[in-house]
Amino acid sequence: MKTFKLATALVASVALPSVAFATDLEVTHWWTSGGEAAAVAELAKAFDASGDKWVDGAIAGGGGTARPIMISRITGGDPMGATQFNHGQQALELVEAGLMLDLTDVAEAEGWKEKVFPQSLLDSCTVDGRIYCAPVNIHSPEWLWLSNKAYADAGLPVPANWNEFVESAPQLEAAGKIPLALGNQPWQSNLAFGAISIAVAGLDVWKEVNVEKNMDMAAGAEYAAVFQAVADARSLAAKSTVQDWNQATNLVITGEAGGQIMGDWAQGEFQVAGQVAGTDYTCLPGLGLNAYLSTGGDAFYFPKNKSADIEAAQKRLAALLVSPEAQVAFNLKKGSLPIRGDVDLAAANDCMKKGLELLAQGNLVPSGDMAWSPDVQKQNEDLLVEFWKTDMAPEAAHAQWVSNLKSGL
Amino acid sequence: MAEARRVNRMWRNMNAKIAAIPMVLTTLVVFVGGTFWTVLYSFTDSKLLPRERFIGFDQYERLWSNSRWLTSIENLMIYGVLSLVFTISIGFLLAVAMDQKIRYEDTFRTIMLYPFALSFIVTGLVWQWILNPEFGIQSIVRSLGWETFTFNPLNDPKLVLYGLLIAGLWQGTGFVMCLMLAGLRGIDEDIWKAARVDGIPTWKTYLLIILPMMRPVFITTLVIVAAGIIKLYDLVVAQTSGGPGTASQVPAMYVYDYMFQAQNLGQGFAASTMMLLTVLIVLIPWAYLEFGGKKHG
Repeated sequence: MKTFKLATALVASVALPSVAFATDLEVTHWWTSGGEAAAVAELAKAFDASGDKWVDGAIAGGGGTARPIMISRITGGDPMGATQFNHGQQALELVEAGLMLDLTDVAEAEGWKEKVFPQSLLDSCTVDGRIYCAPVNIHSPEWLWLSNKAYADAGLPVPANWNEFVESAPQLEAAGKIPLALGNQPWQSNLAFGAISIAVAGLDVWKEVNVEKNMDMAAGAEYAAVFQAVADARSLAAKSTVQDWNQATNLVITGEAGGQIMGDWAQGEFQVAGQVAGTDYTCLPGLGLNAYLSTGGDAFYFPKNKSADIEAAQKRLAALLVSPEAQVAFNLKKGSLPIRGDVDLAAANDCMKKGLELLAQGNLVPSGDMAWSPDVQKQNEDLLVEFWKTDMAPEAAHAQWVSNLKSGL
Repeated sequence: MAEARRVNRMWRNMNAKIAAIPMVLTTLVVFVGGTFWTVLYSFTDSKLLPRERFIGFDQYERLWSNSRWLTSIENLMIYGVLSLVFTISIGFLLAVAMDQKIRYEDTFRTIMLYPFALSFIVTGLVWQWILNPEFGIQSIVRSLGWETFTFNPLNDPKLVLYGLLIAGLWQGTGFVMCLMLAGLRGIDEDIWKAARVDGIPTWKTYLLIILPMMRPVFITTLVIVAAGIIKLYDLVVAQTSGGPGTASQVPAMYVYDYMFQAQNLGQGFAASTMMLLTVLIVLIPWAYLEFGGKKHG
């Protein structure tokens, strides 16, 4: 009996450490601005506290720079432990090529199907019925940020929606302000187009085109009106001469520009500048016309590794990312919305609360990243930046846009 | 006898030949092999990962009907011609000025060469700020009293290329100057003395005697500058990111964006094959003139 006990103790002493063994997991992402880094630190802290070790692999320069690096590491046989992508088709081919870890068992054990809200987030992680990614936040690009100071200087009331904004633009311009701040980077033109198209064409038309892929609708009068609206808007942005989105946001913060169409990440800039939502700046989700938010965002994918230890740690991290505690800590710092409806964000500011409200009402549309392949998105980005920044005819841009969409069918 | 001599030549200089093997292999596998692979896969519909589904010339048809690509090619032509003409002529003039046995030549040479030590990314960012109307030249001139002065090339689709050109010239001429200066210094003093004895004016000596003698230097410079122009990428990314609109796009940006951002390898390969063709169109006639002529002559 004594020898048996000794033997079990010996076995346990060998077996136990391997259970409690801290596994290093390299996590790559492109969250490098102040607020983003603080948010990632929350995730790392939680993961380290659970006994494993988060090895941070931040890649500066935004998703466009980071994604090629991540993809080449995965396809080149040097996979990291976990990596950020946006929800949708960015990692689809990697999943199809069998390079990503199947998380279905984690999802079932943790009850993601019931808890993740909106459900579309999980759908975009699902390929052939299996789940391959852990969503962490929701970012919506359809916001109009207005400078209360700019309108006070011009002696005008702050507009309540896009139409009022366009109407008040000439007076704002007469007061020496730039009506619409827009950076020169192509994705910003694309984002502004997306926001205006949901606001002007309405949700049904948008869904018919982007979800049902009805190309007759895309070529129809509703979208012709969208292109006309953008053609009107581009003259408002003609005097905006900055490159980066945060420089454009800065024009709004200082009151040199009336407004900017930008995603909810712009909020971080207002916060850093010490501005208060409602008194210093105003936010209008869905441009104040159709208060819908598209639910893009970030998700973590776990590339397949050979070691079983790493695989176990990957699954532990996946479970942790979706857990309520991590969701609250992360999203409060990031200024994004949580991916589950059962958490309490009491500390959120006014603009975040507006977003949460829309989320609760279910006023949601899938993001472009989910609806179209990166190839189609890039073609549209090229087209729209040309359209915004030159005097290209709306009809010509519309026709080209339809043919771009068709290339992705 | 003839047989033995041929064998001899094969085995001569063995050390050098063995030492060259790694480089020869690298060239064959990485450069030549990679080039053929790229051309081959430009005929497929590869997306994120390469795959062998051949679709003929579809990628090329799409490429040549894409307005961004056409703008890129046009931009490269304009930028290329202007950049070649100006870097070489300014570089040569600066070198001639340096060659006048001036005082503090070392200091001037260092100053001229300094921009070349900066990467294109830094150059691009620096010039982005200098040409920015709110912080750069425009605001300085305005603060001096010329209130209506406008100088805003980077936000004008018609002028943006010249904004890039200024930055490119600022970065590259110093280097060309050094090459030219080395060429000038390589010219025998006696030629100058002979020209002086014959009473030929200095400018004429430069134009008619020195310039033709510096042909090899010019060709080296031409190849270096031309290669730099065709692969132009980082300067544009840093300075304008291709904008405003698509007004300052270049082919290398198209290749990168479509291969990695759009996850459409086939399209990117087709574009890079076209870039290769451009290089060959420049290179083959030159190589023919340079090497082919000698063989017959």
